[in-house]
Amino acid sequence: MIQRKVGYMQLYEQSIHSLHALLSSRQVSSEEVIRAVLERIKVHNPLFNAFITIDEEQALAQAREADQRLAKGKDVGPLCGVPVAIKDNMITNGIKTTCASRMLSEFIPPYDSTVVAKLRQAGAVLIGKTNMDEFAMGSSNEHSFFGPCRNPYNDAYVTGGSSGGSACAIAADMTITALGSDTGGSIRQPASYCGVVGMKPTYGRVSRFGLVAFASSLDQIGPITKDVTDCSLMLQVICGYDPRDSTSAQLPIPDFTAFLSDDIAGMRIGIPKEYFIEGLDPEVEEAVRQGIRYLEQQGAEPVEISLPHTAYTIAAYYLIATAEASSNLARYDGVKYGYRSQGTYDNLRLMYTQTRAEGFGAEVKRRIMLGTYALSSGYYDAYYRKAQQVRTLIRQDFLDAFNKCDVIVTPTVPGPAPRIGEKLGDPLQMYLLDIFTTSTNLAGLPGLSLPCGYTQNGLPIGMQILGKPFDEGIVLKAAYAVEQKSLAIRRKPGV
Amino acid sequence: MKVDRKQVEYVAELARIELDEEEKAIYSDQLSTILAFFDRLEEVDTKDVPPTSHVLDLVNALRPDDIRTSLSVDEGLKNAPDRKKRFFRVPRILD
Repeated sequence: MIQRKVGYMQLYEQSIHSLHALLSSRQVSSEEVIRAVLERIKVHNPLFNAFITIDEEQALAQAREADQRLAKGKDVGPLCGVPVAIKDNMITNGIKTTCASRMLSEFIPPYDSTVVAKLRQAGAVLIGKTNMDEFAMGSSNEHSFFGPCRNPYNDAYVTGGSSGGSACAIAADMTITALGSDTGGSIRQPASYCGVVGMKPTYGRVSRFGLVAFASSLDQIGPITKDVTDCSLMLQVICGYDPRDSTSAQLPIPDFTAFLSDDIAGMRIGIPKEYFIEGLDPEVEEAVRQGIRYLEQQGAEPVEISLPHTAYTIAAYYLIATAEASSNLARYDGVKYGYRSQGTYDNLRLMYTQTRAEGFGAEVKRRIMLGTYALSSGYYDAYYRKAQQVRTLIRQDFLDAFNKCDVIVTPTVPGPAPRIGEKLGDPLQMYLLDIFTTSTNLAGLPGLSLPCGYTQNGLPIGMQILGKPFDEGIVLKAAYAVEQKSLAIRRKPGV
Repeated sequence: MKVDRKQVEYVAELARIELDEEEKAIYSDQLSTILAFFDRLEEVDTKDVPPTSHVLDLVNALRPDDIRTSLSVDEGLKNAPDRKKRFFRVPRILD
């Protein structure tokens, strides 16, 4: 197939907003865009492994529907006709949703998650389900039943995780936009490693109805996109109160794109001293400091702040997340849906234990074991309750800090992407990669990662911008200001 | 905190996961290392600090008890590994 270029850009290289201009003026059809993206996936997915499921027929049918809407010119929002990739832990009516687990490898949901329903309503075209760490547990996308995902900037390196497939698909132009989910950094960390934009909104901003639960007090769905404008457009569509998720917030929804200006004079940028410490990769530190300089050049004022309980974040997070996971994953019992062991058992109990032994991968089992231990009689107070108390202190650190600043800027991850296999043998080392991202989830704050530089080896570096609860607009504004200054240094992977 | 093999077996039993010998040895080592790292929480003074189970200013969410449509039995059973008529089918429960 001959790919059609518009100006200097291929169709698959477009952003949501550039594509919307082409679609709404009828210069291109959604069907053309979908065919271009599907072709791109066919060429590059065998190596990068970003997608678990691709549904060509459904995608093309949806594209033709979108084209009819576009032809009528009525009810045409920015996502109409735009291809979207969905992390494979958000359920999709009639399309397999595996969570990258053997346990759900054949599961076909009978209804849509709220975010997917909202995207469909907006006319977005679902092109496929993306690879991830099994049940969203991992920081590298190596813990997938369907194999690891590879970094488009260098295929010997990980994409990060757990939303590695969505970040990879955006970076390699295998989709125009994508959704991920973030329990301890699973949107922001792969966005950082893959040189794209990813946002975890405030806990409660986006409905989790139909998101397969990992740690319910921490999980949040968010966009992974090519730029900050696209991130705002996606958030606008997916956010809002949902009676089917009692934790979703009944709050007014601002126009997020209205925040996108580089008028940031006087914005106070909090820089936590505990996040710029030994162990931080020097190239990462320099790139993030450059990002901060971009903000200063536009009139923002840096303020040193302190988040004194930072050193306890990983311990508190991994206790709470695994405890909640052990409870949430109790539902996979081989009875109602999902995998059931075909082994020889003659009672229900053995059916459970064998089903779970065969259906879950090593990391998921490890976390269920950790969480079960932390909740077990005699250890509950020392581990789980203690972690919840430390969570209170970590959250308070942030609320105190936000008296002195409007946003907080940090590195997203202490270093660039590791090589595939490099950290796989040492779970604790893998957990420590989440040092700068997990606190956001414990405190329930909005956080965004965007590219701010590259290592000598050409791997992307991300900076993280955090805001007050439900203050996504300010976070997007700061990110947009950095993006405007850093566009000149942005590099695409050589794919 | 050393998690020995017996404790690993006990926790696996609670979690309803069958482990082989190799897994028991690995998890004994790994859980011990990870829990030793978690022990640093002991340094934090949490006297009189209330626990946070979630960050929302929300105690309960109630709604009117209205009748609404739900999945049909067939849709509900579609993904079942084993079924009989309108029911999930499982191995026997009592010995």
